[in-house]
Amino acid sequence: MPGLSGRMSTVVKAKISKLLDRAEDPAETLEYSYQKQIELLQNVKKGIADVVTAKKRLQLQEEKLQQQILKLDTQARQALAAGNEDLARVALERKNGIQAELQSLDSQIAQLEDQQQKMTDSEQKLRTKIEQFRSKKEVIKAQYSAAEAQVRISEAATGVGEEMADVGLAMQRALDKTESMRARADAVQELEAAGTFEDLTSLTPGEDDIDRQLRQLSSSSEVDSELAKLKAELGSGQPAGQLGAGEAAGAGANPGAGESAAAGGPAAAPAAEGGEQ
Amino acid sequence: MIVRISTEGQYELSEADVAQLNELDNEAVSACEGDDEQRFAAVFERLLGFVREHGRAVADDELAPSDLILPPPDVSLAEARKEFSGEGLIPG
Repeated sequence: MPGLSGRMSTVVKAKISKLLDRAEDPAETLEYSYQKQIELLQNVKKGIADVVTAKKRLQLQEEKLQQQILKLDTQARQALAAGNEDLARVALERKNGIQAELQSLDSQIAQLEDQQQKMTDSEQKLRTKIEQFRSKKEVIKAQYSAAEAQVRISEAATGVGEEMADVGLAMQRALDKTESMRARADAVQELEAAGTFEDLTSLTPGEDDIDRQLRQLSSSSEVDSELAKLKAELGSGQPAGQLGAGEAAGAGANPGAGESAAAGGPAAAPAAEGGEQ
Repeated sequence: MIVRISTEGQYELSEADVAQLNELDNEAVSACEGDDEQRFAAVFERLLGFVREHGRAVADDELAPSDLILPPPDVSLAEARKEFSGEGLIPG
């Protein structure tokens, strides 16, 4: 039989028969393979712990991204209050990018949670199978001739071995997934730190240039409306004040008056506490 | 015949069901060969659904090895390409 079926069960069977060949006495074989199973069950437990650790790391990254969103939001408000609309726009654009990233990270963590639950269930199942093997080996030892016992042991051991390999596969896949998620979140953070957040779009797989431009369009209209909202908020609240720095004055905080104030652009920018750059 | 869905569990299928499974298997092969990710995902989903629906879940305390091992539900086309080629998982 070709395909995965062939490959995986061959690997399992080869390992089991190698294990069985080592012992001459079926009773000894049984004890040995049972010991081996118990040992491997410990590995499965360790593997699940690894998945949990990987998930926690992703959650930490999620928190960091959340903090960055808060920071950029504050910076946008400060920039706007200081009358620097261009800077506010940049901050909001970055915030939007990180927000999209956060959403995908969120759903991936949820998936991982689900997988972790399944693996815990599989471990339970494996434990039941090993327990079954334990009672079966007593029956085999007592009732069968040596030759027949070898056949039955081999079958039972292969059944357990296959289950073991399957839990291992589930674990490996979960770990691979956290690894790629982590790499992506790392890349986002690095880009943000380097101030080249616009390039984030190039990270999305399977996207062509038109998709990219369309996305930028929709993202910029989101930024526009968010900017308008911020202006309204600031307009209804206190005018300048918060920054205390001399140059801001009330003008930029009024909705509609933004454009003229923004002309001050680059010169005003350093005052707006864009500290991280 | 005992069929395992990788990372999920074992199911026992009748001979008649295996014949039907073989048809889905062949469809999956053709989707794979056509490099059609969407169609492959749809066919594979149907194939797994068929096994879950028609198969009897093997009890946790049974120690039987599988006759056939299917890839995990989240298999990608690239991974599947290695398995679903030529005769597919089930010869014929």
